[in-house]
Formats: sequence, structure tokens, C-alpha cells
Amino acid sequence: MEEALVDWSRAQFALTAMYHWLFVPLTLGLSFIMAIMETIYFKTGNEKWKKTTRFWMTLFGINFAIGVATGIILEFEFGTNWSNYSWFVGDIFGAPLAIEGIMAFFLESAFLAVMFFGWEKVSKKFHLTATWLVALGSNLSALWILVANGWMQNPVGMHFNPETARNEMGNFWEVLFNPTAIDKFLHTISSGYVIGSLFVIGISSWYILKNRHLQFARRSMLVGAVFGIVSSLFIVLTGDSSANHVSDTQPMKLAAMEGLYEGQEGAGLVAIGVLNPKKTVNNDEQAFHFRISIPRLLSLLAERDMDAFVPGMRDLVHGNENQGLPPTREKMKKGDQALKALNSYNQAQKAGKDSLASAHLETFQNNYPLMGYGYFEEPEEVVPPVGLTFYSFHFMVILGFYFLLLFVLVIWSNINDTIGRKRWLLRAALYTIPLGYLASMLGWVVSEVGRQPWTIQDLLPVKVSTSHLNAANVELTFWLFAGIFTILLIAEVSIMVRQIKIGPK
Amino acid sequence: MFETLSHLALQQYWWVIISLVGALLVFLMFIQGGQTLLVQIGKTDKQRDMLVNTLGRKWELGFTTLVVFGGALFASFPPFYATSFGGAYWAWLLILFSFIIQAISYEFRKKPNNILGQKTYETFLFLNGLLGTILIGTVVGSFFTGSEFSVDTFRMTATTTSESNITRWENTTRGLELLGNIQNILLGLSVFFLARIQGALYAINSIDDEAIFRQSRKQVIYNAVPFLLVFIAFAVMLLTSKGFAVDPQTREIYMEPYKYLHNLLEMPLVGIFFLVGVLGVLAGIAVTVFKNSTGGIWFAGAGTVLTVFALFLIAGFNHTAFYPSTFDLQSSLTIQNSSSSHYTLTTMSYVSLLVPVVAGYIWYVWRSMNKKKISSEEMENEEHAY
Repeated sequence: MEEALVDWSRAQFALTAMYHWLFVPLTLGLSFIMAIMETIYFKTGNEKWKKTTRFWMTLFGINFAIGVATGIILEFEFGTNWSNYSWFVGDIFGAPLAIEGIMAFFLESAFLAVMFFGWEKVSKKFHLTATWLVALGSNLSALWILVANGWMQNPVGMHFNPETARNEMGNFWEVLFNPTAIDKFLHTISSGYVIGSLFVIGISSWYILKNRHLQFARRSMLVGAVFGIVSSLFIVLTGDSSANHVSDTQPMKLAAMEGLYEGQEGAGLVAIGVLNPKKTVNNDEQAFHFRISIPRLLSLLAERDMDAFVPGMRDLVHGNENQGLPPTREKMKKGDQALKALNSYNQAQKAGKDSLASAHLETFQNNYPLMGYGYFEEPEEVVPPVGLTFYSFHFMVILGFYFLLLFVLVIWSNINDTIGRKRWLLRAALYTIPLGYLASMLGWVVSEVGRQPWTIQDLLPVKVSTSHLNAANVELTFWLFAGIFTILLIAEVSIMVRQIKIGPK
Repeated sequence: MFETLSHLALQQYWWVIISLVGALLVFLMFIQGGQTLLVQIGKTDKQRDMLVNTLGRKWELGFTTLVVFGGALFASFPPFYATSFGGAYWAWLLILFSFIIQAISYEFRKKPNNILGQKTYETFLFLNGLLGTILIGTVVGSFFTGSEFSVDTFRMTATTTSESNITRWENTTRGLELLGNIQNILLGLSVFFLARIQGALYAINSIDDEAIFRQSRKQVIYNAVPFLLVFIAFAVMLLTSKGFAVDPQTREIYMEPYKYLHNLLEMPLVGIFFLVGVLGVLAGIAVTVFKNSTGGIWFAGAGTVLTVFALFLIAGFNHTAFYPSTFDLQSSLTIQNSSSSHYTLTTMSYVSLLVPVVAGYIWYVWRSMNKKKISSEEMENEEHAY
């Protein structure tokens, strides 16, 4: 029963987050692309650019509405489904959420009305400003929510208050400039820009294939591809930096991403591989049925040193004395001591035994950084689902490089004016639109499945983060959400396709 | 600047902000109210279009205010967030469902190939107007009547899922039971009828159409009567009921007869807000009905903000538990026992300095966009209309 509650709560959150993420990245990318287009209109006064901007704005609006609809649920689900979590970290986690609302959502919502309905009501300059502010607003909202997420992956800038059983913020700037958060923000928004670019290029390709709105399509495609190539390069850089930080803060996630069971010096990066599903941290099966690796690249990526040691899952679970890695069981003992000391501290305090209380408090504080381990029964619980993490990571990377290639080809064919003849390229661009979403979604799977079993790394496991609910309630709301979001998605896609067929007015 | 304030001062400052955002949210529910009047005010398709479009240009603002209300509560009073949302699960989720279907309805309603058809999206808007207002009012009603929950930080150290919850809702109806309390329902219905009055007043103010004016004015009258009945009944119940008082020394919670009446009398400024607020709403109705004015929304809007603001203040100030537990009185949440730390509140207080800037640009945008009223010609010529 308990497992069912945790599973349904996770399923519901994953469902909402994934539906939300079907719409947000396009908002992030397309808003800038529209702003660039409108800027060209503003500078040149060429009405064709206004027409181009307005067409993409219509698609933006359809997409935006459903993004908002799914977004509100996420915010409240922290409370409705993860109330223990909310209690435990609200002091820190609530702040970026509130700032997101004040700083970003109001900006978006106020200027969105101007962007859509203000063409004839406000000056050209004010309108352009509004479009840029909408883009800024959506990207700022991504910043704050990703700061919040980054903190869960790498909790910094806080301390625990045993009186209230809550973590309290100690340094706001540390939370904001948490390297994990910054990487996450940059990597995630650039994935949104790539999706925006793929969307614009794909639809423009369709027009060219259909021999319609040729000038409009070529114009849009070029803006999309240039924006895409810059974003793609940026995504490679931020991806590299993310991997480097994961190795410091979440080594287990990195090992799962690479299917690395035994730690190695000069570890290679798997280019492609098929995992052996029978392999666990407790047996000597081969980890892979098949794999091609790039020698020593993982060590370089993770430690900035081609010969460095990268710990495997087995080292992290059972320990590796040579490398100074303690076994998980030892961490579990410390976690257990932390929980017990917290309990004794509370009891001593209630009984008015001050000196005893302070002794327990000291024990607690010494062990607090590993408190979350105290909730586990077996050390193997700290291993995330390896297959899902590994394949998601590798498909994401392969797709990322494929997009880069596509952008190069599209720009090249535009420069030498052969794009109209390359029907295979146009078709490829069209069919790549869903792959953009897939890649971005896979990124989230790596990030969130890879950090299991933690809600907050080392401090709070998922199983003690839920609300005090009967699983049947969550199961029912899961299906309600699944139903309504699916219907709305079908409606959204249907409207979108129709608007694309109608084309620019 | 804020660092030097005491924790209590910061807690009070944040309760004022929460109260203000809550008050603005109820004002912006003119959007929800208007959504329930699409058929009554919009007799023809064109009239309905004008009404949908005038509300549609503001829906985002109302929606965002709801999100900020939630976010601000999370940041400043996290135990409330954990207790209420995780506890009154069904009440909150029904509210959220009603907002999901609102968000897409404006944009999808008239678009070709929208699968569900225009009528369905208009029904969605109606449902959001009906459920959103009544349920939010009902949940806020429980700030005065209490809920069945318990809080125990000791449970944090239990290692199993079911034992480890710091806050527990102690019934299986998960918030639906709030609908069984007459006082909560009276507040819910008050919000509903008030939102309808404001919706009609906003239509009068922002649409240039004779028929819409007539039909809206009629709706102001029709909704004013039930509003006054339910609101007076709520106010009488509230002011004569026992309230959840906090002993300032021991912090013990106890029941005090006429607590909320005492709060009004002991905080005269809040009492004045409340009275002026109610008068403002009445004035908004009166100038519309008797003088055919188009500015009623400003009186009624300001009145709504003041009244709701005062209600939140008497729920949380003057040694009162703002989120009381009827299951275990001592589990009740007060602004002192359920706020964020001094540091977080200080940080968030700096962020709150942005609020005037935000209010400033919202006002500027509002003015620029509402300069010219919505007309039937605009509906025909506008490329991007809802």
C-alpha cells in the first residue's frame, strides 16, 4: 500500500511535468525567435516581417495557453502530493517559486495581452518591448524553477532547524548561484531554443515542400537555423559542464548514465551500447551485451583528467577503500544516528533536560549531511533505474548532435540556395520536430530518474516525501489528469495543424 | 533594512502581503464571475464574443495572481502549504481542475478544428467561474471554522512512508467535508455572487455596446440580492461565533467567544477597512443601478479588496490561529508557528519591493489596453481574437 502511494505520487508528478514540458520549451524558444523577427520588422518597416511575426505568434498563443494550464498543477502538487517534502524544505524551495511568480509570471501575463492585442492600440516600440518582455518573462520563470530543481539535486546554502524539522535558508546567493542550478538552467533553456528552432524550420520546410508561402518560409527558416546552431553549440558546452558537476554531487547518477558498475581509472565514454539487464551491483555478470566506447573520455568529462578514477555503482554501494569511498551501509548507520539523535533531542528538550539535549543535538548535527540514508533498509536502494537512465542519456546525446548537423545543413543549403531542391532535407527537418521534444524529455528523465531514490540528494528520499494520503486518491487524480491533459493535447495539436495549414494571413 | 526587523514584524508583514494578494485575487475573480454570465449578458454570438474577449485579455492576470498567492504562501508559511494542500486534497484539486480548463478555453474556443466545439469551451469557462469561486471561498472559510488535521514534527524520524508524515489530515473526505459547513459555504457563495456582480460591472466598463450595458446592469441587480443575503448571513455567523485565539504568553490555542468580532473592534483600522469595503461594494452596485454609471467596477473593486483584506487580517492578526485545527487545537497554525525563518522572510521582503514595480507596469498596460473600449467593429477586424 505504501509503495503504491509513492508510485502513484511519482507517476502523477511525472505525468504533469512531462505534459508541461511538451509546451514550455517551445514557449522559451519561439518567444525569442518571434522577438527577433519583430525586431527586424521594427528596423526595416517591412510588412512581410510583421506578417511572419504574427503567424508564429498565433502558434505561440495556442501553445502557451496549454503550458500555463499544466504549469499551475505542478506548483500546487508540491503541496498536494509532497507535503512532507514541502514542510521539510519550504523555507528554501518556496522562495524561488514565489519569486518566479512575482518576477516572471506577471511580466509574461501583463505583456502577453499587449503582444496579442496591442498591434493597433500601442506604439510600435511599446509593442516590440512587450514581445521582448514576454520572452524575458518566460525565460526568467525557467531560471527560478530550475534554481529550485537544482537545489534539490545539490542542496546548498542552508541548515537544518531541529525545532521546526525544517531546513532553513542560510545564504540566498548560494542557492541562486548553485553551479548545478546554473548549468541546469542554461542547458534546459538552450534545449528549448533548439526545439523552437526545429519547430520553425520543420514547419517552414513543410511549406516549401508544398510550394506555399515560399518567401515567408525561407525567411523563417533562416532565423530558426541561425538561432538553432548557436543554441546547439551552447547546449554542448552546458552539457559538458553539467556532467562535470554531476560527477561531483551525484556520482551515482553519472555511473547510471554510463552503465558503469565497476569504477575505473581512465574510464571510457560509451558511444553506443546494449546493457545486460541481469547485471546488478551484487553479481559478476557482464554489464553490457555490446558497446562501443571512446577511450578515457568519461574521466576527462567527469574529472577534467583523462586518467582520473570514476567510481562505478558497485564502488558507491559497497565502498572502495583504495579510493576512499565509504560503503553505503556506513552512511546508513550515520543517517540512522542522525534520525535517532533528532528524536532524542526532541524528547530531552520536552523533558527540560538541556545538557542531554545539547549532546544529542551535537550527534545529530555531525550526522545530518547523511540523514537521508537513515531511511533505507538495504544499501542497494541507492541505485537508480539504470536502463532508463542510461538509454535516455545516450539517445539524448545522439539526438543533440544530429540536430547540430541538421542546422548546419539547413544553413548551408540556404546560403547556396539549394534548399528548394533538397526534398530529403526538408522532409528530415519536418520529421525532426517530434525528435526535438523527445530529446528534451529524455534529458528530464536522466535528471529525475537518475537521482532516484532522492527527492533531495542525501537528505530526503522519495518514500518519505509524500502527503499522508490513501493511494486510491492519487490513483484517481492521476487518471483524471491523464484524461484531461490527453484531450487537451489532442485539441491543441489539431488546432495547431489547422493553423499551419491555413498559413500566414 | 529588513534584517533589523524582528521575526514577528516580518511575519506580520508577510501576512499583510498574503492578505493583499488574496484580496486582489478575489477582485480579479470578476473574470470568473463574468464567465458564468456569458449566456445572460451575451444574448447574441457577437455580444458573447465581446464579453469573452474583454475577460480574455485579463484572464492571465487572475491566473497569475492565483499562482503567486500559492507561491507566496509556500515561501512565507510553508507549514500551511504542506498542511492545507496535502490535506484538503480534493478541495484544492477540484479548484485546480477548474483552472486547467479555464486556461485553454479562451485560446481554443473559436479556433477551427478545436475538437470539442465552442460550446464545450464556454461550458469550461462557466465551470471555472462556478467552482473556482465557490471552492476558493469555501476553503478560505475554513480559516475561521477549522479543519481536522494534526501536526507533529516528531514523525519526521519515522522511517516508513505512512508513519513519517509531519502533517496529517485526520479524515478520509480530504477537504470535501469543508463543503458541509454552512459558514464555509456562505463565504463560498458570497465570493461567487460578488464575482458575478463584478463581472457584470467590468463588462459595463470595458465594452462599448448598449445591449451589453442593459443586460449587465440587470445582472448586477439580480446578483446583488443573493449576494447581500449570503454575505450578511456569513458576517453574522462569523462575528457571533467562537474563534481560535492564541495566548500570547504560552502560545496555547483556546476557543474565545466572539473572537472575530473582538478582532474587528480591537483593530479599529481593520474594522474601518471592513466597513468601507462593504460600503464600496454597495456604492459600486448603487451607481450602476441608480445612476447608470459605467464606473461601478472601481467602487466595487476597491470595496472587494478592502473587505477581503480585512477578513484575512482578522483571521491571522490579534493573536488568532489563521489555520485552525478542530481535531487537535494545539496543532493549529498561527503566523508565528508556521512562518519561514527570519532569513527567508527577510530575503523575500526584499523581493517584495518589486511589487510596486509590478503593480506599476500592470496598471500602465491595463490603461493602454483599456483606453478604447471593446466594440463589435474590433471583433470583426482583429486578427487575433478569442
